[in-house]
Amino acid sequence: MEIKQLQKHATNVRRNILKMTNSANSGHPGGSMSAADIVTVLYYKYMNINKDNEASNDRNKFVLSKGHASPVLFSILIELGLIPEEELYTFRKINSRLQGHPNMNYVAAVDMSTGSLGQGISTAVGMALSNKIKQNDYRVYSLLGDGELQEGQVWEAFMSASHYKLDNLCVIVDNNDLQIDGDVRVVMNPHPIDEKLSAFGFEVIKIDGHNYDEIINAFEKAKTIKGKPTAIVAKTIKGKGVSFMENQASWHGVAPNKEQLEAALKELDNE
Amino acid sequence: MSNKIATREAYGKAIAELVVEKDNVVVLDADLSKSTKTYDAKAARSDRHFNLGIQEANMMGVAAGMAANGLCVYASSFAMFAAGRAFEQVRNSICYPKLNVKICATHSGISLGEDGASHQSVEDIALMRSIPNMKVFQPCDAIETMQIVKAVSEIEGPCYVRLGRVGVEQVYDSSYKFVYGKGNVIRKGEKIAIIATGLEVQESLKACDMLKDKLNPTVVNMATIKPIDKDLIIELAKTHSVIVTVEEHNVLGGLGSAVAEVLTQNYPIKQVFIGINDTFGESGTPASLLEKYGVDAKAIAKKLEELI
Repeated sequence: MEIKQLQKHATNVRRNILKMTNSANSGHPGGSMSAADIVTVLYYKYMNINKDNEASNDRNKFVLSKGHASPVLFSILIELGLIPEEELYTFRKINSRLQGHPNMNYVAAVDMSTGSLGQGISTAVGMALSNKIKQNDYRVYSLLGDGELQEGQVWEAFMSASHYKLDNLCVIVDNNDLQIDGDVRVVMNPHPIDEKLSAFGFEVIKIDGHNYDEIINAFEKAKTIKGKPTAIVAKTIKGKGVSFMENQASWHGVAPNKEQLEAALKELDNE
Repeated sequence: MSNKIATREAYGKAIAELVVEKDNVVVLDADLSKSTKTYDAKAARSDRHFNLGIQEANMMGVAAGMAANGLCVYASSFAMFAAGRAFEQVRNSICYPKLNVKICATHSGISLGEDGASHQSVEDIALMRSIPNMKVFQPCDAIETMQIVKAVSEIEGPCYVRLGRVGVEQVYDSSYKFVYGKGNVIRKGEKIAIIATGLEVQESLKACDMLKDKLNPTVVNMATIKPIDKDLIIELAKTHSVIVTVEEHNVLGGLGSAVAEVLTQNYPIKQVFIGINDTFGESGTPASLLEKYGVDAKAIAKKLEELI
């Protein structure tokens, strides 16, 4: 798929993130927008998920460890036709399959229930390890926030991933440098992220998380690494794609109102 | 009742058989495999045993991920760490998505002994049974442990099996058949119905022996604590004048509470709670601890006598 086409899908993903958080009048648009390009490339080029195999374990899996970015996951699944588009307006509302944080029991294409930070990556390690036990070639991808790296369990999981030489595991860190209380460096500095991951035995690839060539090259390289897991540390912009949302911690967990939604969608249309 | 075997030893035996019998069974441990006895599974089939090191939180997540990919995962540590330290991982990564993980927690209760209060879990039944989708079991002897450990592999979804460190006498012989969700009436008596779990089944039976000239209580082994055998509890309430619950756990939130929840809503009769009275334990031999904290046969007998 051409990069231009991928970018079109990512713009649709961003539109849906904005629409569903606006409709819910809650949710986490900032960290969903920062991950939109990575998640779009991942799902269109590497996940190989479709209606026929969505409920199967015989496929690649994705664990959204930063589960509050559920809008980016639901939006890509809508874009792929795995969730009906009209369902986005049920997000975070009573009786919806689209919970505030993803629930694997409600949506077959959601691979793990996440939301409590630091826990998703452990489950991704478990999936990758079980693929080794079953001796298959399916890969496991997991997206973490940079603030999430403050959770101690993350480093337990990283330690075990390299201990078991999980070269079928690819971790992506959405390094937008902002968390709910502000600058990650001010709240509790997780940097240098790349050096820490290297020290934990990962092959580390640093990229611009909005540059499609770099994203694709990183995923391609990750597939060739043997004997250790790969971590893609992606520098991103929180709220990416909508100028007034970019690099603002205040857009971590606040939904756009009607006027803001209209302005944002207009800006995305002009892209 | 002479041949003493710890329920954790029976667990090791059962899990060693299970990994050979079933290709989808995997066993995880957190650096306590010689104590929890999951090492037996490693000896039986090394490619199905994973030692995560001292990482209980990560272990529960890894278990969840493996189960999400179709495996039946047994995860073991001491009850303190499995149910306590990793509580939220058990809740959010295992129980919320209803994943097929069997937490077999050893060294529960004060009978853990000399390690002291830091390692003596008297809260784990309360913690585990309050999580939706979780089922809770506590076998009383080796034969029942073997059966429960294997039975939970056939029960879809999360299960918590509470095991002990110290050797206990055999209550059952090989003719015993554990039935999921059913209490087992060991002796049928009158007036007083004792409902016990774990090693308190043996202590309760011994207490009855001590009082055999004065009292003839019914004794029930409640090995499935959740879902609890509501029908049996109501039946006992209808046919006895007092229910006595006995557990090596805090009286707040454990077996006694589970029984009381049934009684109060269906057939309220007097209930006496025997257990750890909302206090931490300490170092000591298992026997000296059971005595001091009022959960050995003598203490149970004393409480029963007061009911006459």
